[in-house]
Amino acid sequence: MPVVLENLGKRFGEGAPVLDDVNATIGKGEFVALLGASGCGKSTLLNIMAGLEVPTSGALEVPSDGAAFMFQDSALFPWLTARENVELALKLRGVAKSVRRAKAGELLELVHLSEAGDKRPHELSGGMRQRVALARSLAQDRQLLLMDEPFAALDAITRDLLHDELERIWKETGRTIVFVTHNVREAVRLGQRVLLLSSRPGRVVQEWNVTEEHRTDAGLAGQLTGVITARLREEIRRHAK
Amino acid sequence: MPSNSSPVAETPKVEAPLVEPVESAETDEATSSTPSENRKVHAALTRSSTGSADLRELESGLDSLQSDAVRKPGIDWSRILLPVAALVVLILVWQFYVSLGFKRRDQVPGPMDVLGQFGTLWAEGSLQEAVWTSLQRGLMGFLISVVIATPIGLLLAQVAPLRRAFGPLISGLQVLPSVAWVPAAIIWFGLTDATVYFVVFMGAIPSIINGLISGVDQIPPQYRSVGTVLGASRLQMAVQIILPAALPGYLGGLKQGWAFSWRSLMAAEIIAVGGTIGFGLGSMLNQGRDLADMTIVMSAILLILAVGILIELLVFAPVEKRLLQRRGLLAGSTR
Repeated sequence: MPVVLENLGKRFGEGAPVLDDVNATIGKGEFVALLGASGCGKSTLLNIMAGLEVPTSGALEVPSDGAAFMFQDSALFPWLTARENVELALKLRGVAKSVRRAKAGELLELVHLSEAGDKRPHELSGGMRQRVALARSLAQDRQLLLMDEPFAALDAITRDLLHDELERIWKETGRTIVFVTHNVREAVRLGQRVLLLSSRPGRVVQEWNVTEEHRTDAGLAGQLTGVITARLREEIRRHAK
Repeated sequence: MPSNSSPVAETPKVEAPLVEPVESAETDEATSSTPSENRKVHAALTRSSTGSADLRELESGLDSLQSDAVRKPGIDWSRILLPVAALVVLILVWQFYVSLGFKRRDQVPGPMDVLGQFGTLWAEGSLQEAVWTSLQRGLMGFLISVVIATPIGLLLAQVAPLRRAFGPLISGLQVLPSVAWVPAAIIWFGLTDATVYFVVFMGAIPSIINGLISGVDQIPPQYRSVGTVLGASRLQMAVQIILPAALPGYLGGLKQGWAFSWRSLMAAEIIAVGGTIGFGLGSMLNQGRDLADMTIVMSAILLILAVGILIELLVFAPVEKRLLQRRGLLAGSTR
């Protein structure tokens, strides 16, 4: 099991806990969508899994070599070209200089961007930047890939395409993916499993399995979206005064 | 496998009506809009492309739609003509003022008098000597300052206790005019090049350090997170991520550092004359004062200014422009 979370809790200073008693197990090669309203601590949970933050209670098991991470905005370095951004990830991983360029080329080809390797981030569209960022996180060559609302800032047309793209890459590379989102449709579209996180404190309150039929049958997928949305709204209503 | 308390909910079959009217409307539309062929497009909820080739084609279409057309750069003549015109206007105003005859000609010489003095100094060879001596010293002092200031700046920016301890002192040194060091330097080093360099260092180093620190302060915090996630060591973080990210601020510091070097150098040359200190522009200025020859004074002032302008135009401006352009930061600026 690449990721096991046991009674995980997190609070900042003396404030109310952001995460409380989070339990989840994520299997190797699984695609899990972590869904929740704003402020439910999904990003905090992801940061904890990435080792960027430390939990205040509970136990956590993640792969010893750490995780690759993809941010909401591409966070590409503006002084490097698309290829150099990917190459930097390889370099920091300790890949020999002689193979870096070829490897970066392969990764850009994987995200269908081999033509744009010499462009700088500001010359790329938002969707292209996120694909470069995806190639960069794949360059880290970690089994676990954590994604923090990576498509939230994209236009709908681009996002639909990137959903297909991510699914394809997930199947080709066999990565374990934890994908944080506040978009129910996105969660249903991508996850094999959708975990719903409650808000304040964040806790896994329910989970749903998404089958292969949901990928092709819009009626079925729509229905599941409806069910999850209803449950999510129930969570939100709890906070009404 | 799921260890949380809630059970895995099975997707209900057809019975329950959809909770969200919006969802159902969209689903209906998506289902009904599929044409007779089997190419289903249910954007957002299901797979919307039919395979890798289809996806590649769609993406490449979208990429070309969303990318800007490449603009072809050409020579922008207004960049050259406007400053030249401004210069000509200033010289005409100067000439006009002199021709009104408010002041004695030896106190306020006209452009032609100064030009004549330029010719004399050039023929003597002292103009070339002064420019060369000062420029060489200024550049040398500046480059050594860069080499000293850069690691100190990075260290101060990265190590909080060091910064707390020395930050105020460095800022203070920047406020202190470096001319203030000239008397001390003369006592310590006598009338030698060491005096001149010392004063240049005291002027340039603090401002380069401060520029670098403020450049580092303005780095988006996410870059560090990315560095951490990518597994950068402390040194790699500083050299591969922090330094390039801080480059615009650092370059600002370098520009200011150069300005301070040049000014400090002139101050030192004006005050410390003789010994093994050679003949620089500051010395020329001082000589003009001693001889009460305003044309020499004006020549020296204009040469000091011209060197400053040339260094800015030939060195810093192109570097800065390229740096900002590559990062997409120049759009809409008046540069």
